[in-house]
Amino acid sequence: MYTFSSKLKTFSFALMIVGLLGVAYGFFSTPSSVEDVKVMLQETHDAHGEVAVTHENNAHASENAVHETTHSDDAHAEHVFHLLKNKPWSALYVALFFFFMISLATLAFYAIQHASQAGWPVVLFRVMEAITAYLPIGAILLFVFFVLSSLHMNHLFTWMDPEVVAHDELIQNKSGYLNVPFFLIRAAIYMAGWIWYRQYSRKLTLAQDNASDLSNYTKLFKSSAAFLVFFLVTESMMSWDWIMSLDPHWFSTLFGWYVFASMIVSAITTIALISIYLKGKGYLEFVNDSHLHDLAKFMFGFSIFWTYLWFSQFMLIWYANIPEEVTYFVSRFNEYKIPFLGMLVLNFVFPLLVLMNSDYKRVNWFIVCTGIVILIGHYVDIYVMIMPATVGDQWSFGVSELSSILLILGIFIYVVFTALSKVPLLAKGNPFIKESEDFHY
Amino acid sequence: MSNKVVQAMYNDDDILMDAVKEVRAANHHIEEVYTPFPVHGLDKAMGLKGTRIAITAFMYGCVGFSFAVWMMNYMMIEQWPQDIGGKPSFTFFQNMPAFVPIMFEMSVFFAAHLMVITFYMRSKLWPFKQAENPDPRTTDDMFVMEVAVEGDEAELISFLEKTGTVEIKVTEK
Repeated sequence: MYTFSSKLKTFSFALMIVGLLGVAYGFFSTPSSVEDVKVMLQETHDAHGEVAVTHENNAHASENAVHETTHSDDAHAEHVFHLLKNKPWSALYVALFFFFMISLATLAFYAIQHASQAGWPVVLFRVMEAITAYLPIGAILLFVFFVLSSLHMNHLFTWMDPEVVAHDELIQNKSGYLNVPFFLIRAAIYMAGWIWYRQYSRKLTLAQDNASDLSNYTKLFKSSAAFLVFFLVTESMMSWDWIMSLDPHWFSTLFGWYVFASMIVSAITTIALISIYLKGKGYLEFVNDSHLHDLAKFMFGFSIFWTYLWFSQFMLIWYANIPEEVTYFVSRFNEYKIPFLGMLVLNFVFPLLVLMNSDYKRVNWFIVCTGIVILIGHYVDIYVMIMPATVGDQWSFGVSELSSILLILGIFIYVVFTALSKVPLLAKGNPFIKESEDFHY
Repeated sequence: MSNKVVQAMYNDDDILMDAVKEVRAANHHIEEVYTPFPVHGLDKAMGLKGTRIAITAFMYGCVGFSFAVWMMNYMMIEQWPQDIGGKPSFTFFQNMPAFVPIMFEMSVFFAAHLMVITFYMRSKLWPFKQAENPDPRTTDDMFVMEVAVEGDEAELISFLEKTGTVEIKVTEK
């Protein structure tokens, strides 16, 4: 049995408190009116001096007639005001989605192991179940977030605003799918299905520990297979609803897969990191090098898979160069160059070179270092998926972003390690437990 | 220095594995083991060094990657720039995304083919090569362990007989 150390518990509470304060600060420090934004913009212009002014003039000269400049400044200030209002919300949304997706993809990975009746990962099942314990809480938080969005507390999903839709024929044509009630119903269906499988499978594995026959195991196998079918459809739709609809004009047919690749690599990394942490504390003595080696292989493989999908999406759009598609990458190249291209280094080049050697995949500190880099990289990935649509060129990584991560990370740690401490760390009733304990490469 | 070897034949891979461990524990030198299929863990039991083919694969991949970079740059940028789909063909980096699939395929192509060729050369395999296995039954259901004779031959044979062998033969190599 694992006991949730008071040190870690305090740490998670500290993260939550610091995060909460930071998030609150982020919300209170947004400009309260368009006038404030005008003053702010003026100040930055003054600070930049002559160069900025010249640049501004050139930009206006090319875009607008001179007599429209005043009007366009007002419109610009109002635009910036809305973007800045969105910023703390977006920061919170990125963090909420990031930890939720780790938990969700861990559930999918877990279901794959049951459905394929894999022997090796049985010793890791309790770690995976602990990570998925965050799923119901994360789902509730996200759902509350969506309800607040639909109540126009923020302006992340522009298609939720009737004003915008009234002037936008493309969104009008999509409104049969993109409307608030249906969006919330869909979200509720996905979340209900995922949470149901999570609770049901947890109940069955715990029952299997003390069972004399395999009836629980058989049920687990069947429900896992059914869940995977449900998951593959809902995951794809979830990615359209929750992320792609932020840019309601834009679409990509492999977006669901692309988000899934990000999810699964972060999830496997988290499983590896928590397993190594627990092993370091003297638990999980039955997890050996070969189990970690296999997780590291998955980290390596899915990192390449992610890059493959990222590039497939990028290259087709780049080559076709259709205006309604290519705007997505234009805004990322123009305004998000460093995070957008930097994440390729974090998510592809670094894991590729570090984890390529077979022996390195068995060295714990190598896995930990690469794992942290991969998690940061995929946070940046989600950030670059969401931010350009919601805050545009007003992005920065500041108090809001950091404290949103800390807040959700605190909740995540607290929930996961509480779940770990509730049951024995070995799923001893699983019929493959012997194979898993003896697993070697 | 005699080239005499004892060929001990086994009919089960588990017995063979135990025998290999015993023979090594007794400090006899195993020249080679012939098996009809790959036996899991045999390389470790025989104390063979890990393969270095992975390193060659990486190097061949790098060669293929570099070759593709050079090739596409020469073909599409220097020698005969072509305007395909309105894509800029003046510099390599502006057109680079279109070359990535080629770079990837070339890396795989070079790594795969050169690795196979390396493996053949390293294993001394080439067309019309005569089989080296001492007994045709090793391609069917028998396992042969070849142990070098260094010292007392009779003692070695009696030792091997105790390891579950079904047949023993002494030959010159």
